[in-house]
Amino acid sequence: MAPETATAHPAGDAHHEELGFWWKYVFSTDHKTIGIQYAVTGLLFLFFGFSLMMLMRWQLAYPGQALPLLGGLFGDKRMPGGVMLPEFYNELGAMHGTIMVFLGVVPLAVGGFGNFVLPLQIGAPDMAFPRINMASYWCYFVGGVVMLASFFAPGGAAQSGWTSYAPLSNLATSGQSWWLFGMVFLITSSLLGSINFIVTTIQLRAPGLGFFRLPFFVWSQLVTSFLLLLAFPPLEAAAFLQLMDRHAGTSFFMPSGLVVSGQAVAATGGGNPLLWQHLFWFLAHPEVYVLILPALGIVAEIVANNTRKPLFGYRSMVYSVVFLGFMSFIVWAHHMFITGMGTTMATFFQATTMIISIPSVVVLTALIISLWGGSIRYTTPMLFALGFLPMFGIGGLTGLPLGLAATDIHLHDTYYVIGHFHYVVAPGTIFGLFAGVYYWFPKATGRAMNETLGRLHFWGSIVFMNVIFMPFFLMGLAGVSRRLYDGGASYAHAQHVLQWNVVSSIGAWCLALAQIPFIVNFFWSAFRGRRVEANPWEATTLEWAAPSPPPHGNFLTLPEAHRGPYEYSVPGAKKDYLPQWEPQGA
Amino acid sequence: MDIPYTVAARPDTGLNNGKIAIWLFLASEVMLFGALFASYVMLRVGAPSWPAGATYLNVPLATLNTVVLISSSVTMVLAWASLVRNDFGRFRLFLGITILCGLVFLVVKYFEYSAKFHHGYLPATNTFLAIYFTLTGLHGLHVIGGMAVNSWLWGPGSAMWRKDPVHFTNRVENAGLFWHLVDLVWIFLFPVLYLL
Repeated sequence: MAPETATAHPAGDAHHEELGFWWKYVFSTDHKTIGIQYAVTGLLFLFFGFSLMMLMRWQLAYPGQALPLLGGLFGDKRMPGGVMLPEFYNELGAMHGTIMVFLGVVPLAVGGFGNFVLPLQIGAPDMAFPRINMASYWCYFVGGVVMLASFFAPGGAAQSGWTSYAPLSNLATSGQSWWLFGMVFLITSSLLGSINFIVTTIQLRAPGLGFFRLPFFVWSQLVTSFLLLLAFPPLEAAAFLQLMDRHAGTSFFMPSGLVVSGQAVAATGGGNPLLWQHLFWFLAHPEVYVLILPALGIVAEIVANNTRKPLFGYRSMVYSVVFLGFMSFIVWAHHMFITGMGTTMATFFQATTMIISIPSVVVLTALIISLWGGSIRYTTPMLFALGFLPMFGIGGLTGLPLGLAATDIHLHDTYYVIGHFHYVVAPGTIFGLFAGVYYWFPKATGRAMNETLGRLHFWGSIVFMNVIFMPFFLMGLAGVSRRLYDGGASYAHAQHVLQWNVVSSIGAWCLALAQIPFIVNFFWSAFRGRRVEANPWEATTLEWAAPSPPPHGNFLTLPEAHRGPYEYSVPGAKKDYLPQWEPQGA
Repeated sequence: MDIPYTVAARPDTGLNNGKIAIWLFLASEVMLFGALFASYVMLRVGAPSWPAGATYLNVPLATLNTVVLISSSVTMVLAWASLVRNDFGRFRLFLGITILCGLVFLVVKYFEYSAKFHHGYLPATNTFLAIYFTLTGLHGLHVIGGMAVNSWLWGPGSAMWRKDPVHFTNRVENAGLFWHLVDLVWIFLFPVLYLL
């Protein structure tokens, strides 16, 4: 079907009313508009969080030197004479992590792709609760504004790391309270979103679309939603407790007899700083899987589509991802091996950690075997998906020494940890997300993104991602702590690896340049890109049955699923793909 | 464009959308209060000494409140059952009693809180009072939230009864499920804080 006719006659046009600008684009209840709102806001926050890091990388590579050109912009309270103060460095560090995780990656992966793609892939007209969906976005938006505003609070933004460990965070300036309030909004947002995703997936599947005909992306979003639903409330509880500590004078996280800078802290004491760590990591370990699962889902869709083969071991992948979701609730204390926990507890948590690596490896292996014997189309989304596989592999494998208590004692809180989780999230998850942007952009806009600019973006990104993060392993193995304001310059044991700070920083700034083709491509293609029809990738899942872009209500006629999600290259078929919605078989 | 299964149950799952959503929400609430109860256990186990609840708290008043809240759960069910039996008048009566019970609970709680403040017992006094005020305060917010929903269903929201009685009955049932959770949390809070 030609896209012009598809867009000119939206579904249900008998009841169609023209909505004003505000209701159509700003306070929309349409899952596609909300998905795009989430995605664009998430991308902006990713760029902002990355900018904070580029500032930090200057201080790490050239500690104590004035930042040229931009240094004067930040004022005397942050960078007098262009030299970064330690407090400002801590603000940047804490907010980089917070923004990247809670305001960038999760909103883009779950709020953006989940909202836009999931209802389409299950053949639904919208989410189960469109108004709750809108409320979810606006809670996220307010949370983001609160986080940004905290930079202007007296004493600046939160400075206690993205983990906000107590009692440091209890004693921090008022930015920490802003951080906690911001988190409460973000938690509310993800609560509303996750309930919506689960109900939509269970209830609004098209006729014939049984659970084992769901695309893997839908499974990954479903498991992710359960993690968000059940893991976030304990952090909310922790946020309440810390707000009580900070504003009502309680001592939930304040130990007895705490002395800071030679002064006894005026608090009743009797609290437990480790309580914060338990509550925080009870959220934050499942959160790691919230970051990675949607990207795995996106990559699975793109791998099947571009190898023109069914996914290898689809059912094993589904079972793995469900098992992984369950296990992610009982591994959290592997972040706390050096807190003095007994060996029995350490043994338990390292055993569960080793167990949880099995389903991750099953999924990754299935994706790699899926490539075997395929006639691979090297499109831009496929390049990012292919880049994801080894990068996520490096991230995952370097995590094993951190999951074993004996090796973790040496590596804990070093740059090795930073290298490990950035490989998982940056060239891992973010590559998956870029792949998704290139893959579903034609569905969202009716126009394809430019392939040449896309390739430029991919090669620049993969090279510089590795230039940034590979040195972290070397520095971490040498024992350089992750939280040093001078990058280790004042430590004797760090001297022989200090030059890697410069390499890594140059890599970060070059990575920023490598994003320019993407930004240009994104806006240029949205208005000037090549027009495409409903199914430009010749894909099989239901979202490609809808016109590009899909009208309000999504489908011209309600689709019905006749087969599994990845029927590519079926022997004897007329073409090399059999869409789920086409009734005629081979 | 209509969203399917907002009122009628989907045949293969046997549930409507709202019913699944409220249970999922309750699951997250269980995790929220579960985390706070776990914090209570961790703080108490780590404390060198822990006061008996009655040292600071008024057990008879809390017993009264327990009775009030359990009664309100019963009337909540009766309100829903009246709708099922097509008796809107009795629905109004029972839901009204439910809301009043919530109000009585809050008034009693207000007197309890002011007595504590009067004696100089504040959240900052010790860890026991800290967790007492945090847990009961958060529970109190849930009571207020449940009362707000119930009041809306008693008043303006009940207009739906004439247009779409099944949908309205579902809403009352879901509000009831939340109210039972609020009740249930208190049934855990009462022995944990006052008796143990």
